[in-house]
Amino acid sequence: MVPVDERERLNLFEQTVLPHLDAAYNLARWLAGNDHDAQDVAQEATLRAFRFFGNFRGENARAWLLTIVRNTFYTWLRKNRPQETMVEINDETLANEDALIETNAVSNSTADAELVRQAIAELPVEFREIVVLREMEGFSYKEIAELADVPIGTVMSRLARARKLLQHRLAAEFKPGGPS
Amino acid sequence: MNCRDTNLLINAYADGELDAARTLELEQHVQSCAECKCAWENIRALKKSLKQDALYFAAPADLRQRIKASLPSPAKRISTRAAWSWNWLTTAFSGAFAVCLALLLTMTIPHGQENRLADEIVSEHIRSMMANHVMDVVSTDQHTVKPWFNGKVDFSPPVRDLAAQDFPLVGGRLDYLNGRNVAALIFQHHKHIINLFIWPSKQTSSQPAALPSRQGFHLVHWSDGDMIYWAVSDLNETELMDFAHAFNTASH
Repeated sequence: MVPVDERERLNLFEQTVLPHLDAAYNLARWLAGNDHDAQDVAQEATLRAFRFFGNFRGENARAWLLTIVRNTFYTWLRKNRPQETMVEINDETLANEDALIETNAVSNSTADAELVRQAIAELPVEFREIVVLREMEGFSYKEIAELADVPIGTVMSRLARARKLLQHRLAAEFKPGGPS
Repeated sequence: MNCRDTNLLINAYADGELDAARTLELEQHVQSCAECKCAWENIRALKKSLKQDALYFAAPADLRQRIKASLPSPAKRISTRAAWSWNWLTTAFSGAFAVCLALLLTMTIPHGQENRLADEIVSEHIRSMMANHVMDVVSTDQHTVKPWFNGKVDFSPPVRDLAAQDFPLVGGRLDYLNGRNVAALIFQHHKHIINLFIWPSKQTSSQPAALPSRQGFHLVHWSDGDMIYWAVSDLNETELMDFAHAFNTASH
């Protein structure tokens, strides 16, 4: 085995992983819901990434770092807010929401950022993470499936449900003549 | 395609994850069905609302500093003399081995040159963002950016603002790639930076093609017969391809 040159390892880490610190913090911030906890999670995840940098195979550094952020967050969540893990949404409420949404026509405006922020924050955590990974980080379904360790079908159904819920909560925003 | 299928596939369609054949069927159905058209408009409006810059949380500066402080500092990097001499020996051997391997690879793999260039481009992209040196000339006006390159490079790069396509031009920079001065144009897409490197070449023109991602960055390159273009960004491949096609179309 070739001993790893520490200096090179640090340089490589600074060049490949640290540029994605914004993405790490953004995901942690959306998952944890506040700045203080998000900083803790993002910092622990990044330092953990450095410790395990030897396992990184040079594919997608952003996806790799976010996988660690996600795992760090769920460990933190189980320890600090066990009641929040895995809230099931039943299909009946969704069917009702479907009915509500289909009748709405949209205006072309963009919904107010603060209202969108609230609507995302109210989503169950496993829906919220898919929305962040898809809409803010632009990962493909396949990348999200690997990152969140769920089948692609689950990514698709969670994304569809999350969008229905968001549309329902923002329905007033999207009505023609409603708030812009 | 009927409403039920459309309902199942419309999210994949909105995310660019649907294959060409079904995309066509779905588009035809949406055009002819008011209800599905409404559902599609809803998703499009929602996607747009979710991509607002105001919703992205950038890492606070003190978090960045704390992390840097927690990583090994340069002073701690070389700990003892004994370790150093041993490391030196193995480094020398692995270095020699790497040189042999590199020689072997460049001789046997025809794409070695392209790969090296791609690595160089990703490094330049990272450097441009890390050293806070993204732009030499900051302007969203193509008529300010284009003349700025006069006298700095021995060619006139095509400069286009793609704000209408959601890829606003934000500036330009002089860069050094592939052993020569090149023009770098900087575009933005939501929070993401795109570096577009341009230099003249008589290579036959080619359509935008994506390379496998490196270190989380995507690369697309093409040629128009006069210039070579390399776009690099942490955007996903679909969006970067959209950018490449938009730029290519606007230049002709």
